Amino acid sequence: MGNKSDKIGAVAVIGGGITGIQSSLDLAEMGFKVYLIEKTPAIGGIMAKLDKTFPTNDCSMCILSPKLVDCGRHENIEIITNSEVQAIEGEPGDLIVKVLKKPRYVDLELCTSCGDCTEACPISLPTEFDHGLSERKAIYKYYPQAIPNAFIIDKEGDGEHKGCVDCGKCVKVCKAGAINHDEKPENLKLNVGAVIIATGAQPFDPIIKPEFGYKKYDNVLTSLEFERILSPSGPFKGKIVRPSDQKKPKKIAWVQCVGSRDKSIGNEYCSAMCCMYTAKEAIIAKEHDSNIHPTIFYIDVRSFGKDFDKYIHQAKKEHKIRYVRSRLSEIFEDKKTKNLIVRYEDESGDLKEEIFDMVVLSIGLCTTNARKTFLDKMDLKRNEFDFVEVNPQSPVTVSRPGVFIAGSFIEPKDIPESVMQASAAASKVAELLRHSRGTLVKERKFPAEKNVSEQKPRTGVFVCDCGINIGGYIDVPNVVKFAQSLDNVVFAEEYIYTCSQDTQKKIAETIKKYNLNRLVVAACTPRTHEPVFKRILKEAGLNPHLFEMVNIREQCSWVHMTDKTKATEKAKTLIAMSVAKARLLNPLSDMEVDVTQKALVIGGGVSGMTAALSIADQGYKVFIVEKESSLGGKLRYISYSLEHPDIKKYLADTKEKVLNHKLITTFTDSKLKIIEGFVGNFKTIIETPKGEKEINHGVTIVTVGTQEYVPKSYHYGKDSRVITQRELEKKLGLAKPEEIQNGETYVMIQCVESRDNDRPFCSRTCCIQALKNAIKLKDINPRAEVFIIYRDMMTYGFKERFYKEAREKGIMFLQYDENRKPEVLIDNNMIVKFYEPLMQELLEIPTDYLILSTGLKPSLDNEKIAKMLKVPLNSDGFFLEAHVKLRPVDFSTEGIFVAGTCHSPKFISESISQAFAAASRAGVLLSKDKYKIEANVSLILEDLCRGCGTCVELCPYNAIELKEIDNLGHKMTVATVNSALCKGCGTCSAACLNGAISHLGFTDGQVLAMIDVYSNKGG
Amino acid sequence: MVINMEEFEPKIVGFLCNWCSYAGADLAGTSRIQYPPNIRVIKVMCSGSVDSVYIMRALLEGADGVFIGGCHPGDCHYLDGNYKARRKSVLLKSILDTIGLEKERVWIRWVSASEGQKFADTIKEMTEEIKKLGPNPISKHWNI
Repeated sequence: MGNKSDKIGAVAVIGGGITGIQSSLDLAEMGFKVYLIEKTPAIGGIMAKLDKTFPTNDCSMCILSPKLVDCGRHENIEIITNSEVQAIEGEPGDLIVKVLKKPRYVDLELCTSCGDCTEACPISLPTEFDHGLSERKAIYKYYPQAIPNAFIIDKEGDGEHKGCVDCGKCVKVCKAGAINHDEKPENLKLNVGAVIIATGAQPFDPIIKPEFGYKKYDNVLTSLEFERILSPSGPFKGKIVRPSDQKKPKKIAWVQCVGSRDKSIGNEYCSAMCCMYTAKEAIIAKEHDSNIHPTIFYIDVRSFGKDFDKYIHQAKKEHKIRYVRSRLSEIFEDKKTKNLIVRYEDESGDLKEEIFDMVVLSIGLCTTNARKTFLDKMDLKRNEFDFVEVNPQSPVTVSRPGVFIAGSFIEPKDIPESVMQASAAASKVAELLRHSRGTLVKERKFPAEKNVSEQKPRTGVFVCDCGINIGGYIDVPNVVKFAQSLDNVVFAEEYIYTCSQDTQKKIAETIKKYNLNRLVVAACTPRTHEPVFKRILKEAGLNPHLFEMVNIREQCSWVHMTDKTKATEKAKTLIAMSVAKARLLNPLSDMEVDVTQKALVIGGGVSGMTAALSIADQGYKVFIVEKESSLGGKLRYISYSLEHPDIKKYLADTKEKVLNHKLITTFTDSKLKIIEGFVGNFKTIIETPKGEKEINHGVTIVTVGTQEYVPKSYHYGKDSRVITQRELEKKLGLAKPEEIQNGETYVMIQCVESRDNDRPFCSRTCCIQALKNAIKLKDINPRAEVFIIYRDMMTYGFKERFYKEAREKGIMFLQYDENRKPEVLIDNNMIVKFYEPLMQELLEIPTDYLILSTGLKPSLDNEKIAKMLKVPLNSDGFFLEAHVKLRPVDFSTEGIFVAGTCHSPKFISESISQAFAAASRAGVLLSKDKYKIEANVSLILEDLCRGCGTCVELCPYNAIELKEIDNLGHKMTVATVNSALCKGCGTCSAACLNGAISHLGFTDGQVLAMIDVYSNKGG
Repeated sequence: MVINMEEFEPKIVGFLCNWCSYAGADLAGTSRIQYPPNIRVIKVMCSGSVDSVYIMRALLEGADGVFIGGCHPGDCHYLDGNYKARRKSVLLKSILDTIGLEKERVWIRWVSASEGQKFADTIKEMTEEIKKLGPNPISKHWNI
């Protein structure tokens, strides 16, 4: 308290998909009260429906569910489901959000989610969540892992099917008395300081395109329906079968761009994620059933994102997915077999027909009439696609102050980009409401820890099926029986998902009921789920370190899919080993360290400046280190842009803001010399022209940018007529006309020395750069003939409009085959020779200028900085974030963040979004003056130490020193550990000859107990 | 010659560092890369924390092989714990020689968080090698 601000320290987040969830979590952690408003009965959005996520094939629910649970449990987040926003009134900082909350008819507090009501309910309806592929009752749970984890009554039905008939059977069976059929709608008025709109976009309904036969033919599905089929908790339990006859399909076709890039329905944009999820669905389908032969009908494969190209390459080469470049004209059904005849025009323009067992339509995202009305009502401008209009230089703000936006609500996009924008919007809110932070929140309180040191170990073992991810490959009941037989195990049981909120509740109840003092969970990797379970222990009044996690998914069921017997044996041994370790676990105390509430930003390009400004505007001091003499990075070389009206002015304004901000100190011509310390307490020495400067900071943000790739081929550097796109841009951007503008013919080659074996990634920006320069050329010199020779035009999202504009301006687009790269013959004339697969002809184009789109390469500094900070790079040399889907700006090392092109090539507005996101994630840490650090440090048992000093020499962090103590009158020298400096590597303990060092959480006794169990018991 | 059709299945204890190798093994899982089920993994924070006593204990108690996975040289999350692990393994192998145990039963390899395939390949290779060596001859002969 004690803030003079009259702004309200609360935020309304509209939309409970992954975007809204991430915004809510960031803001709640920073100390704002959050109302998370969701239209459906549960949060989770589209991501909750997905089976896996590209390009890592992570199980979607597995990575989402901890976030759902976090939201559900967070003291500062109030989830308001089944609700719609009616109006936003007032001034920024003090807004009233009017919400219509529809009745649920089930009390969230009372419902135990037991499911008795569903059993009793006589009414069946098609499920929304499974898109009608399965049935539910009129009283139902939105999906198994739903948060809030409670039932709801559907009184309305869906038009064809009626809903609840008020028979009252559910009321009779509900032991909790949670059902109230008379509940009325409520009108809520929420007083907040800011609003984030993250309501996503509508999956396209292909019924509008009758030629695809959707809803007419049983075996034509949408990609979202197919995700549900793939899902182990879906309508067919993860078995791929045809809806018409439940038979296993062999030939499945995917049709891309359904509802996207389609003039006939007015959706002249690309939905940006369909190419990737289509490849994913095809790969996963084949993984589920190796008899499936997938075929993908496509126009372009837009694999523009980080590690996307490698994924597509894998799909084609390793998984033998067949890709057919084509335009689909119609789909028919064979009435007898229910097979589908796909009629399409292939690359050469020939009309072909092919029979498939099943067709999946890769639907895009679109706007709706309701959306248009919503935008008008909220006083938000619409763009040409009837999405919200945004300023690319501030990609999460809108014309209306106090209102911020994120995710696919703005433009169709995939999960990581939505998550970035979610954090970005949170950062903007934190700027606006900085003086009201912490005014409306509650402290997280856990019950006092029970002292269990005198108790005999009472271990509970919880074994997860993970749907079929574990249960399908390991005999879980057998494993549970085995676990029950182990010493000190007083309880063992099987659960479909141990991470779901209802199981978590059950675990907590079981701890109480059986008086458990050790917990072993056999499920997925502790790297993602350990915190979820540790919190259950805390809530149950147990020390969180009395916990062991057994990885029977990533390191067992998923890698031994063909040998259930051996996988089961392995799971048993692994559990026995952990039970043996658990027996010897001791409570450990988590430590707190002070946080220096200042940030260091490495690199002063657009990302660095944006992050610095946002952190400073949140109220924290920021240092920028820039190796060059001025700020701006690569932005200084951009002369004009298709999206940004005046890019030069933007750069000048931003620089000025940074240089004049009283909380930002900029060191130009400066380099990092040493960076040491840890989250909350970094100490860095910077070499500046005025000598060395030492600074202390709590967080570090890496925004070192990227470099232009210099081509070696096509006579570049040898013939002045061959230039790169950047060089052309520079010449075209000059006020005076240049000779180059007077050519007759220009040929641009895309993907030069790019997307090949040596540089197997797409630089994302080159297609638009080529379009930008081609359009500029045409504007200056309308008679010029401009050819763009490409592999796939990566004009994703609304950038498709520039592709259209270029075609309308007469720029010619020709393809080349990646296996037959264009050749350039030079004497006096220059001729570009290549095979055009659409025309099936060898073409020769004489040209005055050859412009090479060469893309980007990772900065030479990356390796050095990665080493200094001990953060990883990916195989291409870009920084590797903690998780490609859900932690796109965090490193796995706490307190260090990444943004901009050093993470992967991206556009200016995307760098800005990511920089804001990094500012938000940094803000979460900087908002607290204490940070909890892990407890797995080394401890010296002074009685055993003989003061030899081996550990002192070995410790990489100088965390151990020798000291003299008085032991019952004897002076002796012993080693001592500074816990704040100790990072818990355990090297000292492994080297101590006296066994005087205990690596907490990994003591010799614990590790040896695990070894003994395996070596003796076999398995 | 009579060939024993029931193949010898070696027991391998694996120590994987939390930051690189354990994550690499997880990636083998998320990528569904299959490998033999002979390894039982014990997660440690750093390969440098693997006490030689752990390795000896495993071999004396009946394991047929011990695998230590760390970050690549230069990538150690704790600066140089992997170098320390390598130094220790050299010393340990000379002890194994002395007591008449094949030093090929102890493997130390670098596997990064992005090398799921390498992890699977390495475990496959090691399992095959240990199969060739046959059961650990000193198993349960000593006690430490």
